[in-house]
Amino acid sequence: MARAISTKRKSVNTAIAGTLGFLMFFPILWILILSFKTEEDAIRAPLQILFDSGWTLDSFAAVQARSDYFKHFSNSVIISVGSTLIGLMIAIPAAWSMAFVPSKNTKNVLMWMLSTKMLPPVGVLVPIYLIFRDTGLLDSRFGLTIVLTLMNLPIIVWMLYTYFKEIPGEILEAARMDGASLREEVLYVLTPMAIPGMASTVLLNIILAWNEAFWTLNLTAAKAAPLTAFIASYSSPEGLFYAKLSAASIMAIAPILIMGWFSQKQLVRGLTFGAVK
Amino acid sequence: MGRITLEKVTKSFGDVEVIPPLDLEIEDGEFVVFVGPSGCGKSTLLRLIAGLEDVTSGQINIDGQDATDLPPAKRSLAMVFQSYALYPHMSVRKNIAFPMRMAGVPDDEQKRRIEAAAKALNLTDYLDRRPGQLSGGQRQRVAIGRAIVREPAAFLFDEPLSNLDAALRVGMRLEISELHKRLETTMVYVTHDQVEAMTMADKIVVLRAGNIEQVGSPLELYKAPRNLFVAGFIGSPTMNIFDGAEAAKFGAHTAGVRPEHIEVVSPEEGYWTGTVGVAEHLGSDTFFHIHETGLAETITVRAPGDVAYNHGDKIGLNPRTDLVHKFDEQGLRVQ
Ligand SMILES: Nc1ncnc2c1ncn2[C@@H]1O[C@H](COP(=O)(O)OP(=O)(O)OP(=O)(O)O)[C@@H](O)[C@H]1O
Ligand SMILES: [Mg+2]
Repeated sequence: MARAISTKRKSVNTAIAGTLGFLMFFPILWILILSFKTEEDAIRAPLQILFDSGWTLDSFAAVQARSDYFKHFSNSVIISVGSTLIGLMIAIPAAWSMAFVPSKNTKNVLMWMLSTKMLPPVGVLVPIYLIFRDTGLLDSRFGLTIVLTLMNLPIIVWMLYTYFKEIPGEILEAARMDGASLREEVLYVLTPMAIPGMASTVLLNIILAWNEAFWTLNLTAAKAAPLTAFIASYSSPEGLFYAKLSAASIMAIAPILIMGWFSQKQLVRGLTFGAVK
Repeated sequence: MGRITLEKVTKSFGDVEVIPPLDLEIEDGEFVVFVGPSGCGKSTLLRLIAGLEDVTSGQINIDGQDATDLPPAKRSLAMVFQSYALYPHMSVRKNIAFPMRMAGVPDDEQKRRIEAAAKALNLTDYLDRRPGQLSGGQRQRVAIGRAIVREPAAFLFDEPLSNLDAALRVGMRLEISELHKRLETTMVYVTHDQVEAMTMADKIVVLRAGNIEQVGSPLELYKAPRNLFVAGFIGSPTMNIFDGAEAAKFGAHTAGVRPEHIEVVSPEEGYWTGTVGVAEHLGSDTFFHIHETGLAETITVRAPGDVAYNHGDKIGLNPRTDLVHKFDEQGLRVQ
């Protein structure tokens, strides 16, 4: 009881957390509101928008009529899920060996992998663009999947490494004693035990890949363009169509938002795994 | 069959040699116990036999076959870990079935063996639980069940009982001994525990810093420890050891006498005399810790429970002179 937090402290904390949460959510809320307005209403003063204007689905209709939502959506799904699965296939063995058969340089390799994330992507845009152009990968889902796999691989390896570290090595040794081959050990013992961690790795990676805008905008034109390009096509330099831009944004983030909402518990559990133990 | 021989086996971690060249023979069906102080390399030696660590040099044979480079899965040995190392995501049934599944044992045979093991280990009611829902003793039984169903050439145990409370430990000790009698399979067992070593072993291997100090039956080690280290390590309470003039009277550089081989008498009748410090009454026995004997700081004596002396009493001590152990300058036993 000595460590009980006083009710006053608690309500202050709740208020602060609530305010922060609202501030973070506000842009999304505002986009949601704008997406149900006409273009004329959308550029009016905030209070007028809220109270004086009506609601409409025109922007959604306009966006749907002008561009092929489903094509962008399926590109996004293919690219984000594909890059995550390929990433996992590379990262599981990598994290396994670093967690269970560490060498003197394991920490250095991990740092080196992370350091690749410290370089701004634009630093390698030209070489990658040229490689893509020369190999015919520009505007292909395959090429984009590969680039996103490489971009997110360090994060996947880091996360899996952290989860694997939590698994007692003796359990894997027991599997070895029980006659499991390396493949069986990873498949039947390690992977099921690491499911919570892997699930949150997968979720986070899909979200990151879904929202990735630098490479998807620079390496695609039409065929392979995912939803990020779909949004970008509404921010034209001649004048912004706020309502349509908002409607496009809502359509683009809705799937991932819904997925995130339903997997919230899993995600939080995975991300705080280890911290609580 | 389960005959294991180690020939000039060494193990180094980096520059540190944990096991210097070591030879050991474990006969088929034998219960061999490794004892020694913490960090002396007991677990390392067991893991070398298991194949979980690679030897730095030397050869390990299992049933006459060179197994040095075989992976653990191919050695047909089963291991029971101190932490139990059960698969937390599988039911007890699946845990026990796992080695058979890996070996491709047919389903009905798996079922038969699981049921037999569960019955022998009192696990029948728990087969569908997860390890997390079991007590420590039950978990350890599952680990043993998982080891026996695959009918290995030998069992390896690394301090399997040290996470259990005292009462449970006694029970499990008996169960493992009975299992050994029933299966007649080679068992190699690592422990810290004196009593486990003495009561379970056919053969005890005393290790110090990776060296084998002595190999022998529990009674051989008790009656004729080869050196001072073994003398001090085997037996509880530990042997009283003294040197100087008193030892010279027995014709030794250093002499030792076990607490149970000293009789407490009145001061006038005693070969030695001393003052009672602490008296530990266990009921059946009383351990007297005696000071001012001129032998060593403290001499421990094991007397029957009804011998009553108190703190500060002057008493006499009579050693069984035929059971005094004698050692030379190097600490080696002299006859
Ligand atoms: N993986 C390793 N890397 C480096 N040194 C190790 C490793 N494993 C063990 N050692 C060292 O080898 C020595 C023997 O260790 P081992 O675990 O075999 O001791 P033990 O006799 O089982 O001790 P305990 O009774 O405490 O379990 C110790 O000094 C330990 O520090
Ligand atoms: Mg050990």
